[in-house]
Amino acid sequence: MTLFIEQLINGLQLGTMLFLMASGLTLIFGVMGLINLAHGSFYMVGAYATALVSAATGSFLIGLAAGIAAAAAVGALVELIVIRRLYHRPHLDQVLATFALILIFSEGTRWLFGSSPLWLNAPAALSGSIALPGGSRYPIYRLVIIAVGIMVAVGMYWLISRTRLGMRIRAGESDREMIGALGVNIARLYTLVFAMGAALAGLAGAMVGALQSVQVGMGEPVLILAFVVIVIGGIGSIKGALYGAILVGVVDTLGRVFLPLFFRQFMTSSEAAGVGSALAAMLIYILMALILAFKPKGLFAAND
Amino acid sequence: MIKSTTPSLAPRRVPTPAASWHDRKHLVQIGLLAVLLLAPLSAYLLGHVYYVNLASRLTLIAMAAVGLNLAIGYGGMVSFGHAAYFGLGGYVAGISAYHAFDFTPVIGWPIVIPGSDSMLAIWLATMLVCGLLALVIGTVSLRTSGVYFIMITLAFAQMVYYFANSWPTYGGEDGLPIYLRNSLPMVDTQDPLTFFLICFGGLVMSLALTSRIMKSRFGAALTMARLNETRLATAGIAPYPIRLVAFVISAMITGLAGALYADLNGFVSPTMLSWHMSGELMVIVILGGVGRLYGPLAGAILFVMMETLLGGLTEYWKLFLGLVLLLVVLFAKHGVMGWLAGRERP
Amino acid sequence: MTDAVLTLAHLNKRFGALQATRDVTLDLRPGEIHALIGPNGAGKSTLIAQIAGSLKPDSGGIHLAGQEITSLSVAQRARLGLGRSFQVSSLAEPLTVLRNVMIATQALQGHSFRFWKPVHRDESLLTPATAALERMELTHRADTPVSELSHGERRQVEVACALALTPRVLLLDEPMAGLGPEGSARLTELLETLKHEVPILLVEHDMDAVFRLADRISVLVAGGVIAHGDSAAIRANPQVREAYLGD
Repeated sequence: MTLFIEQLINGLQLGTMLFLMASGLTLIFGVMGLINLAHGSFYMVGAYATALVSAATGSFLIGLAAGIAAAAAVGALVELIVIRRLYHRPHLDQVLATFALILIFSEGTRWLFGSSPLWLNAPAALSGSIALPGGSRYPIYRLVIIAVGIMVAVGMYWLISRTRLGMRIRAGESDREMIGALGVNIARLYTLVFAMGAALAGLAGAMVGALQSVQVGMGEPVLILAFVVIVIGGIGSIKGALYGAILVGVVDTLGRVFLPLFFRQFMTSSEAAGVGSALAAMLIYILMALILAFKPKGLFAAND
Repeated sequence: MIKSTTPSLAPRRVPTPAASWHDRKHLVQIGLLAVLLLAPLSAYLLGHVYYVNLASRLTLIAMAAVGLNLAIGYGGMVSFGHAAYFGLGGYVAGISAYHAFDFTPVIGWPIVIPGSDSMLAIWLATMLVCGLLALVIGTVSLRTSGVYFIMITLAFAQMVYYFANSWPTYGGEDGLPIYLRNSLPMVDTQDPLTFFLICFGGLVMSLALTSRIMKSRFGAALTMARLNETRLATAGIAPYPIRLVAFVISAMITGLAGALYADLNGFVSPTMLSWHMSGELMVIVILGGVGRLYGPLAGAILFVMMETLLGGLTEYWKLFLGLVLLLVVLFAKHGVMGWLAGRERP
Repeated sequence: MTDAVLTLAHLNKRFGALQATRDVTLDLRPGEIHALIGPNGAGKSTLIAQIAGSLKPDSGGIHLAGQEITSLSVAQRARLGLGRSFQVSSLAEPLTVLRNVMIATQALQGHSFRFWKPVHRDESLLTPATAALERMELTHRADTPVSELSHGERRQVEVACALALTPRVLLLDEPMAGLGPEGSARLTELLETLKHEVPILLVEHDMDAVFRLADRISVLVAGGVIAHGDSAAIRANPQVREAYLGD
């Protein structure tokens, strides 16, 4: 039971990270109609900047701020130079151009900082753990990640439903021609939305960077999970991204722990580990296929 | 019912303005094939086996991209998961050879399927297995379109990738060696030039097949499914099965290339299944010119040349690949074939 | 009623609060042009979509030549002989006129899973496609890509595509739109002879053409048929004048 609670919280933590990635991706798709593979690169940029600035200043918080700022700045720059040429292009071109951006970012980072990972430590104040019901202890830092994720979700809800910017974003989602006619500066809105998505990815990368190592290619597995999330949730829907992220985070985490345990009931433990982990690796994709079989546009399809 | 008015059976005119374009395209096509055939021949005679194997690699990447081009270029199905079929073909070759080496069956129950080191058996099995996987993935994915299709094909390929990574029997993430290249009757597949010729044959066959298919009724329907789905349905042909069959054929071609690729390297690993592989196959199709019969070959030549030349200068050559790709996508939409052979008429 | 080629019985379609189709019952008989008119937003497009098969009605039935087609797909209906043209031209722009028409003849000859024989030498496809083009006076444009055609010519190609299916019923969605007086007159003439070969359900905004061509007219307002009759009856109908002609 303790193991279950612990893994459930781990799942939630993965889910909130996925939400930070997926909400940016889905917002960019919803508003600009753009599929952005380079989103994982912003995650990496956020983690690198945080690790470098933290190491230089000795402060995780300053590092984190720098990481978010760097990701947002790189996002805005990429939007200005490359992305805005792609809005009216077919998805194939968008995929390839942003794939090219991944190559440029990954190899560029490797060139500048080498292939060996950087290390980033969580702030000392958050390095302790607290007791869970059942007696085991759980690291505070991971709980803080979940809290940050929830704050971002609430913040995004507020931003989109209550503010002027949010109104423009919603208008942009439902009718791209209309919003231009309303006299909103679309180019600036798009740059802003793109930079915001990049900043969220940078935030996720920075926070996860303190749990794992900071290295080239770290954004890619997360990017693909985030794709699964937004396909399940419905592309363009922030709400879908939230539910999808938590679903994928929890199912993936629990599957990896409990499927091998389950197969151990009727197999030798090495066999069970093999079958269990192979099946667990496929679990969220099977989940995605099942959901799509019934709802081809995802759970909360935003714009048809 | 409409009374059939007597149709005029005047001979169909071949539009004349296109003739010169036509010739130039054929010259470029023959030129590409000739270079691909003659370069390794001369390298072999000069004793540079490395270049023969490089040509085999190029040929197989081109063949895999020919398969993908059928889906993307001709069918309008932007599959971001063709590494699944490429890698699966590789694993069929690897697994079959592994069991043939061990004298154990691939499947022991309910029917016994023995391992085999015969390329013919492996190719047949590859087509079956890749076709089945594509049928399953296509059945789900083709219910969607646009960005959904791109992401779902990517996600399914990742599923296969993670499965291969975590399934310990065949090496997991370390991959599976093929100790002795699989064999063909009366042919020495160990010989680099002979093996190159097998690969070259595979490429030419897949080009010929694609060309033939696209001129047939099926090709006409597939073209219409890409250009205007509504028109196709209104004409009485359901688009979904047409797309699905094209997707399956496309996967089979890419899978065959993968089986040969594993034999070339004597090794298969999850790298062949990774999404970078899917991305690179797409890059090759685009560099060459999407929907052009010889585009994948032109793209593969450019890709392998960049890899060899730039890769010799810097280990960060993919940075430059990225820059070139970005420029091609943004500013040169018709790819190498568009530049060499002029604009394509559909 | 029994000899009708196409019948719609009590069709209903609702989108949320909007009743887009309200208990529509009408039929199409051999040798006639049955026109469907109505102001913008009356639900003509929704009704056409249900007949063609891209929308499923919530209730009611559609029969084509005695066979129930209510739950068949667009492609299945086309194979049973439902030819249609679109309000907005729906051709494959880069392909030639002939190729656009040939795809329709292809479906008539069984499935399209034939991978070997090149279509450009396939007389069994070329002959009927050429005939349909000739019927629409388009023979000289056969090898021209659709993207180079004028608006009026595209309309003609649309009809040729529908004819190439050797349909039992033609469903024409505003074929006169954007044609100009001369093109409009030519098409009117053509439809007048065509109707004896295949009955036509005509949705049209051009009232002159409708009153000249239609044997019967149904008036659609707010999703329902409010009046039905020949030209004279419709012209005289006070309800129609009020709802539609804006008196």
